[in-house]
Amino acid sequence: MTGNTNLHEEPSYLIDTGKRKGIMAWLTTTDHKRIGLLYLWSIMVFFIVGGILGETMRTELFKPGQQFYGPQTYNAIFTLHGLIMIFLIVIPGLSVVFGNFVMPIMIGANDVAFPRLNLFAWYLYILGAAVVVISQFTGNGPPDTGWTFYAPYSTQTHTNVIAAVSGAFILGFSSILTGINFIVTIHRLRTPGMGFFKMPLLPWAIYATAWIQVLATPVIGITLLMIIAERMFHIGFFDPALGGDPVLYQHLFWIYSHPAVYIMILPAMGVITEIIPTFCQKQIYGYKAIAISSLAIAGVGYFVWGHHMFTSGMSKEAIWTFSLLTFLVAVPSAIKVFNWVATMYKGSIDLKPPLLYAIAFIFLFSIGGLTGLIQGALATDIQVHDTSFVVAHFHYIIFGGVGFAFLGAIHYWYPKMFGRMYNIRVANVAWGFLFIGFNLLYFPQFIIGIEGMPRRYFDYLPQFTWAQQISTIGGYILGIGFIILIVNLFRKNGAKATSNPWGGKTFEWQLPSPPPMENFATPPAVPDNPYDYD
Amino acid sequence: MDHIEMQRDDVGAKLGMWVFIFTEILLFGGLFLVYAVMRHRYTADFHQASLQLNTFIGALNTVVLLISSMTVAMSITAVQKKDKRMATILLCITLLCAVIFLVDKYFEWGHKISMTLYPGTDLMQSLKHGYILFFSLYFFMTGLHMLHLVIGAVILVIALTKVRMGLINDEHYVLLENGGLYWHLVDLIWIFLFPLLYLVT
Repeated sequence: MTGNTNLHEEPSYLIDTGKRKGIMAWLTTTDHKRIGLLYLWSIMVFFIVGGILGETMRTELFKPGQQFYGPQTYNAIFTLHGLIMIFLIVIPGLSVVFGNFVMPIMIGANDVAFPRLNLFAWYLYILGAAVVVISQFTGNGPPDTGWTFYAPYSTQTHTNVIAAVSGAFILGFSSILTGINFIVTIHRLRTPGMGFFKMPLLPWAIYATAWIQVLATPVIGITLLMIIAERMFHIGFFDPALGGDPVLYQHLFWIYSHPAVYIMILPAMGVITEIIPTFCQKQIYGYKAIAISSLAIAGVGYFVWGHHMFTSGMSKEAIWTFSLLTFLVAVPSAIKVFNWVATMYKGSIDLKPPLLYAIAFIFLFSIGGLTGLIQGALATDIQVHDTSFVVAHFHYIIFGGVGFAFLGAIHYWYPKMFGRMYNIRVANVAWGFLFIGFNLLYFPQFIIGIEGMPRRYFDYLPQFTWAQQISTIGGYILGIGFIILIVNLFRKNGAKATSNPWGGKTFEWQLPSPPPMENFATPPAVPDNPYDYD
Repeated sequence: MDHIEMQRDDVGAKLGMWVFIFTEILLFGGLFLVYAVMRHRYTADFHQASLQLNTFIGALNTVVLLISSMTVAMSITAVQKKDKRMATILLCITLLCAVIFLVDKYFEWGHKISMTLYPGTDLMQSLKHGYILFFSLYFFMTGLHMLHLVIGAVILVIALTKVRMGLINDEHYVLLENGGLYWHLVDLIWIFLFPLLYLVT
């Protein structure tokens, strides 16, 4: 345990000290910790909605044929499930929750660079979410395009695409503002003496993420505006019947949406990089390699978008190049995986819930990553393209990776956020349910995907029934795991948390739990090595 | 709760503006990409369609924007030299240029709209694909640019008011600087739009 040099008698950030009290104090806050929690609550609500939608799809797919809703409803539900999970949860996800809550503390700052802009971005996020929700209940019915809004279908369908697209546009704007805020924060507000290479690795990951947010999001913004214009005025940017080019839409869409995958996963990797040294009480292996691999992922990840389109009719030269770059981007990800495992080697491993989630992350992310290479290879991609293999792959990355990292991060910083502990045994049980349920849910989809089960289909051939039923049962186990997890975190009978319950080394563990409104009364002393356990 | 004013960081504010300008360039970048693809596909149509644009008004607007960019930059120098009167005059010239630009655009767009040459009309739908795309891109790109010009002008009006009130002074002028940076962006995008739309013939 390090000395609690910054323990002073200030009230915690959870206690209202300003003019306003209660909910109004939260809705007008500019404190980065409170804004982090605002995002956490919003994301949790959306996640419950998106999760229930997913469970209904699994139930529908339990047997071939229609169980309780029809194909059009199924299309609308997978579209909404995708919109919520992608745009409302995993893209803002770890970056807005933990980037807001802990990143400024980790660099010894008292807040982000533009606190009011930070709050404004949250309001934009809520506005965008509201527009997406409204799109479901207005116009000619909920959109049925899938979250990708592929043209020309999205410019022709009679469902309410314009509203959904506008919502996504607003969410993108929110994401850009957060990205700008974090870039400036990390450049300008590091505490005196903290060079870039003395920063902990979560801020590094957030920094790389922020650059992708800033440089990729505008492209989807303008593309979505073009979809709206095309629907309203029949312009023909993308509709071949009007002289447009649907593959151009796919390019523009994936120029953003592939880097967006790295917007999701980089902060998750950053979180894992924080959890592993703490619970192994060991110096992180390969600090610089991890820091630079974050930037490398951000950089190379910008140029691999074409691998979503190998079957769309690009030139041979283009698909070769994109395939090569796709294999290259796996290298920095693999560097991180090896570094995490090497950090654990000969560490004093303490299997607390955050580390369980981190280990699950490494396992699931590796499966997701390696199956990604099967699709990155041109020949095998032809077989698995648009099958449930792809569904399994990206759920392993996004849910098994980003989702499990998010849960690990909550269990890691929960004592810091709320000042009390949760029941560790119950948390372990929840983890068990989630891990088993997750694998039962998605692994069979790999197998039937190779056998030819298409994605996004409402119905299927009888030979896929066994796998679909295992998936559905896995989905229910997963749901039970989430209920246990949420109940455990919401029970208010945990012991009071000490300032450093896990023995962490980064700055947030030197502050009281929960931290005071003004994080640091005096700038903290910067160690040469943020993970100095030896 | 109010710890917003904990520190002033002009460099940080400017850095934020620069990063925001990157995003704006990429926003237009998507449109330039579509323009490039479509022009490659419909070279002859684009050539013919662009003959319909009034190069004189386009050139006039280019000059107007270049002058306004210069005066906004000079106004910052004037503020640094504590010359409030000169700063006010220069900012007024900048805003006047913005108004001239919009008036020109009003006549230019108004002419086309009176011919029902805008997206969605029957006349437009009867044209060849390349024409439709050219005029649609023309309205889309210049329209989005105009929106940015109006936003930039609003920022400069706020800056002008603050200069008059003495809130922007030789020690505290980052808002004007950022407004100026944004104005240069508006200018810069026009510098690319003008040849692509008016001079490609």
